[in-house]
Amino acid sequence: MSPAHFFALVGVGLFCIGLYALIVRAHLLRKILAINVMGSGVFLVLAALAKRTGSAAPDPVPHAMVITGIVVAVAATAFALVLMLRLVAETGRAELPDERIE
Amino acid sequence: MDALTLLPWIFDGVTGLALLLLASWALASPRLFTGIVMFVAFGLMMSIAWVRLDAPDIALAEVAIGAGLTGALLLAALARLTAAQAAQESASQSAKRKRTLRLFQWAPALLLAMVAAGLAYAVQSLPPDSAGLSADVAANIARSGVSNPVTAVLLNFRGYDTLLEILVLLLALISVWTLGGLSPQRTVPPGPVLDVLTRVLTPVLLLLSAYLLWVGARSPGGAFQAAAVLAAAGVLLLLAGWRPQPRFTGIPLRLVLVAGPVLFLAFSLVTIATGRNLMEYPPPRAGVLIFLLEAAATLSIGVTLVALFLGERPPDKEGQ
Repeated sequence: MSPAHFFALVGVGLFCIGLYALIVRAHLLRKILAINVMGSGVFLVLAALAKRTGSAAPDPVPHAMVITGIVVAVAATAFALVLMLRLVAETGRAELPDERIE
Repeated sequence: MDALTLLPWIFDGVTGLALLLLASWALASPRLFTGIVMFVAFGLMMSIAWVRLDAPDIALAEVAIGAGLTGALLLAALARLTAAQAAQESASQSAKRKRTLRLFQWAPALLLAMVAAGLAYAVQSLPPDSAGLSADVAANIARSGVSNPVTAVLLNFRGYDTLLEILVLLLALISVWTLGGLSPQRTVPPGPVLDVLTRVLTPVLLLLSAYLLWVGARSPGGAFQAAAVLAAAGVLLLLAGWRPQPRFTGIPLRLVLVAGPVLFLAFSLVTIATGRNLMEYPPPRAGVLIFLLEAAATLSIGVTLVALFLGERPPDKEGQ
């Protein structure tokens, strides 16, 4: 196994940890954190697979896509946080309603 | 294997393990504050992984944006949740709900173990050597106007990605403002440390931002990293209690916000009008054009990020 494949597997692990927390954690701030961890996992897979060039310089196209992705992720996070704060202001709770259990 | 060939493997192994542990801790910590701090630490650890993957451009962007700015946004949001609301995470779960959760928690875990196994198999079955598009980039880089391949891809070969990305940032800001903004942040007078630090760091950050912008043509750096450092300076100023004067927050602010995308679109129209493809810059002038684009994009992205951190729409002189 090469370092590229190793980090790609770590990326898969991060994606799954994030997805699990997104499902089981109720607090919306925690869900936003979970989506960010999932995104980091995807970025890690992309950049790790760009490294499969042996000793040559890695493929720059996935690198550019990851940089674009990081900036889009921070914009989406900022919007999600404002949505969460609006929901708290309206309902007083930082969780989505869960009709089936309540 | 002797110790020297084993050392990189130990380093990579510890980095990967630390990433997984920090991510789990960020998502499972009992307190939200701890979770956010762990997430920032996770971002810093990610930048080490980027360096190990020969991606210094991403490492710079991750440190400044992924760890720094996202962490600041998360902490600012947490501060706006009142103590009671933040603490309700554990308290609000009724006993019945907790029982149900405990009963069903293994189900998503099992499903995700299967997802992880499938994805790991997919990654493992990819060919171990693949040059991707690096040969195409290397063949055309002389015509791109810059010598840093990542900047060449971002601003020239796939310039429309960058244009659309700046538009996504603007869209996020418009959405935040449309939601009516946020309750203004409490402006406590800064302590002496923050006060002095802001005075000393702001000029340094501005200089660093200009350097990153300039050096991005040849070495790791570029518009996004420069914009992130610019935004860091703005966030520091906001934390220290600085607010833009109302006469700058009306039309002038909006002009700065759209400077990047407008210049991008203008260049695209000119290249189309002169019979070239969209964003195909004439090689002798490509370097200058890319620098102008990057400068405008840095300003727009940096100011957009600061405005996103501020959250509320700053009042202008008409008083909205």
